[in-house]
Amino acid sequence: MAEEIKLMKGNEAIAHAAIRYGVDGYFGYPITPQSEIMETLMEEKPWETTGMVVLQAESEVSAINMVYGGAACGKRVMTSSSSPGISLKQEGISYMAGAELPGLIINIMRGGPGLGTIQPSQADYFQTVKGGGHGDYRLITLAPASVQEMADHVALGFDLSFKYNNPAMILSDGVIGQMMEKVVLPEQKSRKTEEEIRKEQPWASLGKPANRDRNVVTSLELDSYLMEQKNVRFQEKYKLIEENEVLYEAIMCDDADYIIVAFGSAARVSQKAIQLAREEGIKVGLFRPITLWPYPSKQLNSYKDKVKGMLSVELNAGQMIEDVKLAVECKVPVEHFGRLGGIVPTPQEVLNALKEKLIK
Amino acid sequence: MNTIDIIKPENKVYGKPTLMNDNAMHYCPGCSHGVVHKLIAEVIEDMGMAETTIGIAPVGCAVFAYNYLDIDWIEAAHGRAPAIATAAKRLNPEKMVFTYQGDGDLAAIGTAETIHACNRGENIVIVFINNAIYGMTGGQMAPTTLLDMKTATCPYGRNVALNGYPLKISDLLAQLEGTCLVTRETVHTAAAIKKAKKMLRKAFENAMAGKGTSVVEFVSTCASGWKMTPDQANKWMVANMLPMYPLGVLKEKE
Ligand SMILES: Cc1ncc(C[n+]2csc(CCOP(=O)(O)OP(=O)(O)O)c2C)c(N)n1
Ligand code: SF4
Repeated sequence: MAEEIKLMKGNEAIAHAAIRYGVDGYFGYPITPQSEIMETLMEEKPWETTGMVVLQAESEVSAINMVYGGAACGKRVMTSSSSPGISLKQEGISYMAGAELPGLIINIMRGGPGLGTIQPSQADYFQTVKGGGHGDYRLITLAPASVQEMADHVALGFDLSFKYNNPAMILSDGVIGQMMEKVVLPEQKSRKTEEEIRKEQPWASLGKPANRDRNVVTSLELDSYLMEQKNVRFQEKYKLIEENEVLYEAIMCDDADYIIVAFGSAARVSQKAIQLAREEGIKVGLFRPITLWPYPSKQLNSYKDKVKGMLSVELNAGQMIEDVKLAVECKVPVEHFGRLGGIVPTPQEVLNALKEKLIK
Repeated sequence: MNTIDIIKPENKVYGKPTLMNDNAMHYCPGCSHGVVHKLIAEVIEDMGMAETTIGIAPVGCAVFAYNYLDIDWIEAAHGRAPAIATAAKRLNPEKMVFTYQGDGDLAAIGTAETIHACNRGENIVIVFINNAIYGMTGGQMAPTTLLDMKTATCPYGRNVALNGYPLKISDLLAQLEGTCLVTRETVHTAAAIKKAKKMLRKAFENAMAGKGTSVVEFVSTCASGWKMTPDQANKWMVANMLPMYPLGVLKEKE
């Protein structure tokens, strides 16, 4: 398949991008608002064209462990879910981090806690970037703000996770998952052959040839001293990712008196809000982290002496604001504005909040 | 005939399987895990599948199975081995994939994964060690613990009102369309070991022939967990476990 321009939903874009990236396997369990990912994959029948395996698991727990199993064979494997299902996947994500396995997990967030609502939310920020599963690990986290980025982040997520042997997540929500936009789908990439996998992922358990030691993919190390060393190595790896893989977008931040910090759908709303502000003569910029972990702290920090305040706009009660405050070392006033439980604010509400909380 | 004449390759009747590593085993004396490991090693070796087999190790006493068998392994979270095996096999249909699981692993935390992998008829082998107890964590009650049997978490004996009934999970798995072979074996006598090996080989052949899921249950001993000597454990197993978990083929599809 050649490069192609299409109009589709964010969820569908993920499915198409996965096939075109040459993903080996998708394992999922239905939940709104992301079910179109598996539905699209089933409809496209990629097993007939690329050989991609698509399987509906009996639960999210099972699906993420299928990802663990596929990844342990060195394959490009992914899963997707929405908030309650992602909670169930946390066991597997921790094990993947512990076993240093690559793989892509997609969270199309909805309002919680609990069964909550099926409307868009960003309330899983803490769960994703501060932990989720047990142990000292980090999850590479990408926050797309358009249907195009939903497609692009599939490739980016896999590339990063394979570069560092660490799971990666696309953290999106029902807005981006359900909205339709124009998207350029990439050219079809071929799936890796077993020979290529054995060369590029020499640790993979694919059957032991006579000339090498057995491969054991595990997160177990009962010797605490060795486990400490392993953790130290993990931390060094995380540091490397923080130094090298930060992505963000700064829109009209150079002359700004105020900066709105927002990711994903909140950034889309805020982009309109900064336009409304500028029409009123208020100089506002938008700083949009694309990687939520690693967080673009240094880049955000560079604005701390230039602006009068920052507003963290999120579809939650104030989670990313902690990272914004840490980034600017509390040297500039930082306020939060968010709607909760599945409500998306309007651009005017964002602008009003900016005026109320920072300009007064 | 002198000794030198006897020790000749053509006279050899028994040896350590080449796939068994020289590591000293961590299993307790009298434990069934070691014997079952040996059988798996022999079957893989006999079938010439050492280079194409992927083992899925459990949580429990056999968590270190990968230290003993010289093949590639994936270590699973507690109970998740059948899900991992599902992906490993579907993504590598030409490989031999088997799980190795205890009763806590397969019949408690991993019940859903086990039932659904079997029901989908995944072309894998599930090796199930039923010692009626959680060995590794210190002898707590398992779903398969017998009524009146004492464990660390049912110190007065398993009681229906408190703990429910022993779970005959293999009988349940035999009901599922996806399983092609479900059999219950033991390894406490030479004859039993010989028969168990035959069934294990059949299971591995089924998986390669794409016939569906094969489950080989081993009614096993846990001398430590049962607080017995190895000999007492074998006798106790025969007298108490086998009436509840009778040996033999529960299901075989042709
Ligand atoms: C999620 C989770 N819960 C609990 C445990 C603790 N745990 C380790 S082994 C085990 C029991 C294993 O028993 P079984 O599967 O019967 O194997 P055995 O030790 O008897 O061979 C438990 C509960 C764990 N490792 N992970
Ligand atoms: S505790 Fe029981 S199952 Fe574990 S090694 Fe010892 S005898 Fe075997």
